[in-house]
Amino acid sequence: MRDAAIPMTTVTLAHGAGGRASDDLLRRVILPALGTSTERALCDSAVFDSPGGRIAFTTDGFTVTPLFFPGSSIGRLAVFGTVNDLAMAGAIPHALSLAMVAEEGLAMNVMRRVLEDVGAASAEAGVRIVTGDTKVVGRGAVDKLFLTTSGIGVIGPGTPPLSPERARPGDAILVSGTVGDHGVAVLAARENLSFSPTVESDCAPLADLVQRLLAAAPGTRCLRDPTRGGIAATLNEFAHGSRAGIEVDEDTIPIRRPVRALCEILGLDPLYLANEGKLVAVVDALQADAALAALRCHPQGAEACILGRMTADHPGTVVIRTELGTHRIVEYPTGELLPRIC
Amino acid sequence: MKYLTEFRQASLRDGLVQAISAVARPVRIMEVCGGHTHAICKYGLASLLPPEVRLIHGPGCPVCIVPPGTVAHAVELAQRPGTIVACFGDIMRVPSPRGTLLSLARRDGRVRMVYSAMDALNLARENPGIHVVFLAIGFETTAPSTAVVLRRTRTQAIPNFSVLSAHYLVPPALRALMADPATQVDAFIAPGHVSTIIGLDAYRFLADEKGCPVVATGFEPLDILHAVLMILTQLDRNETAVENQYRRAVRVGGNPAARDAMAEVFTPFDAEWRGLGVIAQSGLAVAQAYAQWDAVALYGAVESNETTDGAGCRCGDVLRGIISPDACGLFAVRCTPDNPCGPCMVSTEGACAAYYRYGLGSRK
Repeated sequence: MRDAAIPMTTVTLAHGAGGRASDDLLRRVILPALGTSTERALCDSAVFDSPGGRIAFTTDGFTVTPLFFPGSSIGRLAVFGTVNDLAMAGAIPHALSLAMVAEEGLAMNVMRRVLEDVGAASAEAGVRIVTGDTKVVGRGAVDKLFLTTSGIGVIGPGTPPLSPERARPGDAILVSGTVGDHGVAVLAARENLSFSPTVESDCAPLADLVQRLLAAAPGTRCLRDPTRGGIAATLNEFAHGSRAGIEVDEDTIPIRRPVRALCEILGLDPLYLANEGKLVAVVDALQADAALAALRCHPQGAEACILGRMTADHPGTVVIRTELGTHRIVEYPTGELLPRIC
Repeated sequence: MKYLTEFRQASLRDGLVQAISAVARPVRIMEVCGGHTHAICKYGLASLLPPEVRLIHGPGCPVCIVPPGTVAHAVELAQRPGTIVACFGDIMRVPSPRGTLLSLARRDGRVRMVYSAMDALNLARENPGIHVVFLAIGFETTAPSTAVVLRRTRTQAIPNFSVLSAHYLVPPALRALMADPATQVDAFIAPGHVSTIIGLDAYRFLADEKGCPVVATGFEPLDILHAVLMILTQLDRNETAVENQYRRAVRVGGNPAARDAMAEVFTPFDAEWRGLGVIAQSGLAVAQAYAQWDAVALYGAVESNETTDGAGCRCGDVLRGIISPDACGLFAVRCTPDNPCGPCMVSTEGACAAYYRYGLGSRK
């Protein structure tokens, strides 16, 4: 990874965009202040031993404009986001907390609709909201409604430890379905871009899919849900964490036609768009076919495919084989995604 | 996907590469469109070419060449009571002495991202109590749509809309480049979308006076390889001509209606380009007849275009094709897309940003 000084005088939007600046903020400001070691803190969930077995614990804040968009809403995101972070540790989600910060003047029926979505999503994910908190701040202090959820989950005794450090050259890299759907759905709703067919967010709970995958492929090395920063960020985290290289075939990346079309028009790269119901897995190559079959048997993984492989070449770097048969590097995302002019 | 995947087929690549190798010779080919720079880097096209065939990146990114003073002016206008600024997405991140448009957009909605000049006009229609300033950037590709919108603004007598023009013209920049002895270019890949407007005649001086083959080119990787082959074939036959590779989009005569609209609404003037300085008759100011909708006439001109580019920044040399991005000492060390020291790192279509993003020459 290239080290370049990113100014740390003020917090910028890039620090929250899930790319290099976010990583920098975590490593240079947050973790040193907390005295937390890097290795423990960079996973989606923390994993603890308890007398009853291993427990996963995580927390996540949610801000999205608009609050409702095709296929989902901030309420569903807040449940599935946290449930999925637990699932990526191999845990079965058990309970969630929900904290709301609402802007004065927010229509009560908007809050009610969001909460109904939270309730329905938690039922869908098989998890209960067991505690919560509500704060209201003056107009302009937040944008309508921010949610924070924390969650705990239980990791079964046979579940392998999941961490990018366990990935090694030769392992296969799988994705559970099409990429970029959520990013395009939110962008289209936020910018009032109308096109057909409408792309819906892929927002979905993944814990059940993960359990099927781990049962079929106990040699699964690590899992991540490629949210902010898309699969580009996830693959770079895997390459960085494993100190191995990654090779991806551009031809094999599943992308819906309208997502691809909108990306072409706006000059966006689907590899960098957020997903909210997909996982990327690194699996022992000998179990790759079993893993793929297990994913494809599940409704959330019907379009799963093998994206590429870990390699001993170019450690720490993600290289993509383009449609044209040439190679290029897939970098960490930088800053916010902004459409091109022409 | 129609018109895309056909132009990215690996199966057609080898035939083109072999044909290129058969007529290869030492040549420096400059592209002057950010879309080409981006495609060349994204598809690693340089790796397919014989080493003596060099692709040089010129001043083709319309975001990169907007001087910081113009961005600062837009930032200032967005902070005036009762005004909002509408602009394209990729200018929003460009740093200026007064900050970025993006920070204002997120802070209080005084800057809005739009996808066309018409979207900006619609914003004015929907918000009659607010004055909407459209920061109009781009070359001949986007200038006609701004012109058409200004015509409509006048016809419909919309009072709360104006244009801050940062439109630039490509041919004057090509003239200036060729007059610079430091720039050594043997042939040009001419911009595809600009050519749909200006046609091929605008490049004749390069072939006739400078002896440079010119090929108007599409944006897919096989388009660009095809253009390289066409250029090498010309050189092999000892010819210099202006040819059209991008026939599915470009007509030889361009788009006269679009040029008429530009001629009516804009007046060329000696404009400053970031990294290149002032180039004669290369900018488009809003014409006197449209002064009522000219943000400069309404709010005053840009006060200062002093550069904020960092010490050691060699974007000027990159834009003139004198060095490649990775030859700059700041590249990927102090200058990154998160912390751009100069314009070519700012927009995704800037040569430095494209090199950085796709990992070319970055392993220092």
